[in-house]
Amino acid sequence: MPDAVYDVKTLTPFSPPSAATAILLLEDGTAFYGMGFGAETTNVGEICFNTSMTGYQEIMTDPSYAGQIITFTFPHIGNTGTNGDDVETLRPAALGMIVRNDVTPPSNWRQDSHLHSWLAQHNLPGISGIDTRALTRTIRDKGAPKGVLCHRADGQFDLPALQKLIADWPGLKGMDLASVVSTKKDFTWSTGSFDLEKNSAPDRKQGLRVVAMDFGCKQNILRCLVDAGCVVDVVSASASADDILARQPDGIFLANGPGDPAATAEFAVPEIKKLIDSNVPIFGICIGHQLLALAMGGSTSKMARGHRGANHPVRDLTTGQIEITSQNHGFCVDPGSLPENVEITHISLFDGSVEGLRHKDKPVFCVQYHPESSPGPHDSRHLFQRFVEMMKANNA
Amino acid sequence: MPRRDDISSIMIIGAGPIIIGQACEFDYSGAQACKALREEGYRIILVNSNPATIMTDPDMADATYIEPITPEIVARIIEKERPDALLPTMGGQTALNTALALHQNGVLDKFNVELIGAKPDAINKAEDRALFRKAMDSIGLESARSRTVNNFDDAMAALEIVGLPTIIRPSFTLGGEGGGVAYNSEEFENIVRDGLRLSPVSEILIEESLLGWKEYEMEVVRDHADNCIIICSIENVDPMGVHTGDSITVAPALTLTDKEYQALRDASIAVLREIGVDTGGSNVQFSVSPEDGRIIVIEMNPRVSRSSALASKATGFPIAKIAAKLAVGYRLDELDNDITGVTPASFEPTIDYIVTKIPRFTFEKFPGAVAELSTSMKSVGEAMAVGRSFAESLQKALRSLETGLNGLSPIPAPEAEGEDLINTLKGWISGQTPDRILRIAQAMRMGMSVEEIHQTTYWDKWFLNQIADIISAEAYLHETGLPDDKDTFHKIKALGFSDSRIAELCNRTEAEISAARLQLGITPIYKRIDTCAAEFASDTAYLYSTFENKAGAICESAPTSREKIVILGGGPNRIGQGIEFDYCCVHACYALSDAGFETIMINCNPETVSTDYDTSDRLYFEPLTQEDVISVLHRESQEGTLKGVIVQLGGQTPLKIAAAVEAAGFPILGTSPDAIDLAEDRERFQLLLQKLKLKQPENGIAHSVEEARAITEKVGLPVVIRPSYVLGGRAMEVVHQMSDLERYMRDAVVVSGSNPVLIDRFLENAVEVDVDALCDGREVFIAGIMEHIEEAGIHSGDSACILPPQNLSEAVLDTIKEQTKALAHALQVVGLMNVQFAVKEELVYLLEVNPRGSRTVPFVAKATGNAVAKIAARLMAGAKLADFQMLTAPLSHVAVKEAVFPFSRFPGVDVFLGPEMKSTGEVMGIDNDFGRAFGKSQLAASTVLPLQGSVFISVKDADKAAFIPICRELSGMGFEILATGGTTDALNAAGVPAKRINKVMEGRPHAVDAMLSNQISLVMNTAQGAPAIRDSFSLRQTALKNNIPYYTTVSGSRAAVAAIKSMKEDKLGVKSIQDYLPNRPDLS
Repeated sequence: MPDAVYDVKTLTPFSPPSAATAILLLEDGTAFYGMGFGAETTNVGEICFNTSMTGYQEIMTDPSYAGQIITFTFPHIGNTGTNGDDVETLRPAALGMIVRNDVTPPSNWRQDSHLHSWLAQHNLPGISGIDTRALTRTIRDKGAPKGVLCHRADGQFDLPALQKLIADWPGLKGMDLASVVSTKKDFTWSTGSFDLEKNSAPDRKQGLRVVAMDFGCKQNILRCLVDAGCVVDVVSASASADDILARQPDGIFLANGPGDPAATAEFAVPEIKKLIDSNVPIFGICIGHQLLALAMGGSTSKMARGHRGANHPVRDLTTGQIEITSQNHGFCVDPGSLPENVEITHISLFDGSVEGLRHKDKPVFCVQYHPESSPGPHDSRHLFQRFVEMMKANNA
Repeated sequence: MPRRDDISSIMIIGAGPIIIGQACEFDYSGAQACKALREEGYRIILVNSNPATIMTDPDMADATYIEPITPEIVARIIEKERPDALLPTMGGQTALNTALALHQNGVLDKFNVELIGAKPDAINKAEDRALFRKAMDSIGLESARSRTVNNFDDAMAALEIVGLPTIIRPSFTLGGEGGGVAYNSEEFENIVRDGLRLSPVSEILIEESLLGWKEYEMEVVRDHADNCIIICSIENVDPMGVHTGDSITVAPALTLTDKEYQALRDASIAVLREIGVDTGGSNVQFSVSPEDGRIIVIEMNPRVSRSSALASKATGFPIAKIAAKLAVGYRLDELDNDITGVTPASFEPTIDYIVTKIPRFTFEKFPGAVAELSTSMKSVGEAMAVGRSFAESLQKALRSLETGLNGLSPIPAPEAEGEDLINTLKGWISGQTPDRILRIAQAMRMGMSVEEIHQTTYWDKWFLNQIADIISAEAYLHETGLPDDKDTFHKIKALGFSDSRIAELCNRTEAEISAARLQLGITPIYKRIDTCAAEFASDTAYLYSTFENKAGAICESAPTSREKIVILGGGPNRIGQGIEFDYCCVHACYALSDAGFETIMINCNPETVSTDYDTSDRLYFEPLTQEDVISVLHRESQEGTLKGVIVQLGGQTPLKIAAAVEAAGFPILGTSPDAIDLAEDRERFQLLLQKLKLKQPENGIAHSVEEARAITEKVGLPVVIRPSYVLGGRAMEVVHQMSDLERYMRDAVVVSGSNPVLIDRFLENAVEVDVDALCDGREVFIAGIMEHIEEAGIHSGDSACILPPQNLSEAVLDTIKEQTKALAHALQVVGLMNVQFAVKEELVYLLEVNPRGSRTVPFVAKATGNAVAKIAARLMAGAKLADFQMLTAPLSHVAVKEAVFPFSRFPGVDVFLGPEMKSTGEVMGIDNDFGRAFGKSQLAASTVLPLQGSVFISVKDADKAAFIPICRELSGMGFEILATGGTTDALNAAGVPAKRINKVMEGRPHAVDAMLSNQISLVMNTAQGAPAIRDSFSLRQTALKNNIPYYTTVSGSRAAVAAIKSMKEDKLGVKSIQDYLPNRPDLS
């Protein structure tokens, strides 16, 4: 063996671990210490996990994660850096990241920023170096806890103060977060999906007119609607049915979004009932699906740990086909609560929960999961086409 | 739709012998398929010529044919068994090609056999380059610029379009055999010629080089209802240009955004649909430009593959089992995910760890072969490791290889100063060498930056940065010594550093490091591989180690309160230690589980049956090093009773750490490590032999060149000479003259006081005999006596052998049995023992004793019907031989084991056999007489013996007399004999007609010309001494390259003639193992 020589001045030197610079404190007092990254700040929220192996930037910018701090079960996060195209809203809605390994320098031809700086830029904290699998098991076994993520370079953590932050946070149940993340100003969306080969996204000049109620809409839903032949007018969650119908839409889309559907339902469901009665085709995703279920007479409840990942099998009961879907929800529709005229069209093969509904008499259908994926498999993209066919049939 | 009821019997074709490109992974897939379909109630008919497989165990199928896998033989089996369906996707390219041939020649139609799992059209579309390309065009997927050609002229024309460098890929060859990258027109012409010859359809693809592009593989499973799932993505760390089988790979892909990953996912599903793979597993390979993400489809395999095995082990998803069930009508959502037990198989595994696979190479076995990697696969095995970071899994994988690495161990680099240094290093790391990762690491130590290395090697900077983190940590340890604080020490361990590597870097001993580590309370914890990243609870104990520092970390091993036995596996496949040892370990798991013990397997080879999560009760996917194994043993001892550790079934690997395991306070089951060591230690062993009064060839131990000369003079030439403590006959040589001895001592070994060489009198023309025996400490059962066909001096693993012996007298057999028993008693063997004898002129000489499982155990079990390995495991756990019923009646059949060699992968390497083992695998031929059994063994090893034509004979003087009867027989059967001058004279003088043909050095036309013009259908060639061997080299190369059967020993030639004679009398019949051995005792 040759004598070891170490002329390694070009390499990043090994640094012995310093004291913890971040803490994740759960409501039961469990503390995970680790290394902070991103912004030096403190956020309180619900601690959930996501099992996707790719798409951390899309996940962080998915408005449905409002109020949540995300544990990534995949241990290497940040490998591909961040870029300007893989975003679901301009401002990330999630409140922080929990990861196993230190974020590595990025390597990808599309990256333009290190995850560290991207998080810092959006004032979001991250914590690395903790046993994320142990945390995931806790969430799996005990349900998603409230918690606080605090990143301080000086490592000075005021535990009682952090504990109080948790205690003062009301939790997601009963919380209408859709109004918080919904657009304040109506706008029109005409950009299609990003084309990897062309390294750009197309713009649609005309198409079927869809009005989308924004409860926290992922941009990729809008892109998928444009791909399918629509131009989308996005209106806020508080838009009235009259306003929406006055636009004479070919179809109405109820978007995904965060929070407790029951809370959002208080103001949205009366309007949605009117929309159903209008006989204009309606398609709903995620909270849009839950709100439709409530409007059609069903109920929703909070799940123990929710569905968050990109590998969830769903059976389309109308075709028998299985689709691998992207999911992100902590509430679900109670199957027993649905009236006669509502048909369950999709179920989860993981736990049998309701994943899709159809109104038997009206042009209304919805899914709990995310056919627009991003991140996740594209198996269910055909649903946008189904919506378009429905609109065309209705117009004919 | 549930299982199909319109079929009731299914034939499964295995992959045949272990060869480069087709290894144990097809035993894993075939065994899973057999189990899966049998539990559905189908009658299973299995064909596989490889006796060392689990799938050919007689209770895996209803009818097991250990017969050559050729269309003719399989057709006979079909005619006899009349299966309703044939599943061709479990036995690699061999099974697929055979099934396709049976479809094309009408056999399947004639006997109304349905191909399930893959239809002929789909196989054709996937395998035929032109059809595949057209299919890809039709779904808008880009292929590399290329042309498919069938002759040399068209190839030259294609070069104009494609340009250099160019990749050449022959159609329908295994592991890319015959392919390569051409950088200049001379290389191009050579590879094209080879490729056209090796392709069974004389077709090659000439393709745009994508050197430096990223390479990915997607494992896809599809059911008949068009439900498609991706089991795993795999990213090659080596960019395009190195065969995937030879590349370091990671799972899952680590450098893709979701958009890019989904583009590959969509494309791979589109490929399956377009090709028409209705059910089962397939893989699709892609190349992605690192500049702009342009995606190119490389190829797809419409079958279970090596990467399916890797993906199965990496995720816990049993691809082969599921694929088999899909083939008989199930849908994915009708099948369960066994690992979680609560979710269906229709989902995509998600993982929360990093898997690294590193191939293992054996270039040192083939002097003359160029140690360069290309698109033709060269590796003989692989190790896989699991960690919570890439660095951890990489370092674990490196030490799993058992090539002496304990991490990114330093290697000597070329010397240079200043600016020259970087340029020199650039040149040094630019080649695609098997040790490239070590070179890259060394270059980093010597001052090369990540950027410079990336520019030179095209390795993705993400991986290089991770390697740089390891090197920086090394530099820190080197500089500051062993950290004394827990957090720093922990951070080092979490990067995957072994105690022994830390010891090197800190200039301490491994024991000191381990002690310091335990003092600080730093121990690994174990996590489960559960297909779902902990989203669901999993009862399956499929575990790997990692280091988690902070409070709140959870160890998931949950040892049980049962009485448990740990079985140490054999690690990566290599020449000398392969599937035979895995077979033994698997049998130990089966037998001990049946006997009520909890079985715990530790192994790191993803290709094997032993690393299936349901082979043992608990599986630790860990490196087989002292540190890693002892950590598991400590953890498992915390609950229940650890009865002991089995080290004698996994080859040399577990034996090397047996002493450390014992010293750490864990009991070794069976024969004591001391007895095993006694057999390996020359001096102790000789004392034992003297005590037992057993005869050995005269020998001595030389600690210096002078001693070697003196001993050689004393025992007399020729001698066998070897370093002590070697595996697979490494650096072992037969020396016929003093000058060769001097050369050996000068070039081959470094002899010193602590590195002695062993010198044995070489018994010329002796018959070698292998014996496998079972012993419970008192009673001995001789499980099998095998007579070698090749004479003593050729490594036992490379020699064909016969069971029962055909040419040994009763007296000799009795002596062999007595001596075996005496040795078993003296060594107090509990379990298995292998003894090698040489017999010359009715005298029995003892050559070697190994009180452990041997390479021949599965062959003996298959040939005799006694479950030797299972019984051995039970004996080690305390059972007695009297507890078992054995078949002891003389066999009415003959079984021949023949070795299979990788010479065609290593052009320019001589095919002569010697004491250094070179074979990668084995086949078995079984029939009622020796000739037919030998003929089958040859056919199974792809040697098609001619029944007519011309035989070329060129033999050394000493063999001329022996060849007279051989040639007389050939001539009598109507063969024309062509021979070199001396041989012709000797034959004619004995009244055997022979025609003289020129040796190569005698001028043209000569023997090679005759071979090249198809005038010769069989070659028999012996030679001795360097000049003669050199002169006849081109004969053997020509025979090898043109698939002309050749024999390089007298005894091999004699056996071939016996086989030809039997085969001329009547065509080869087929018979199942169950029919040969109808009264096999039931073990349980």
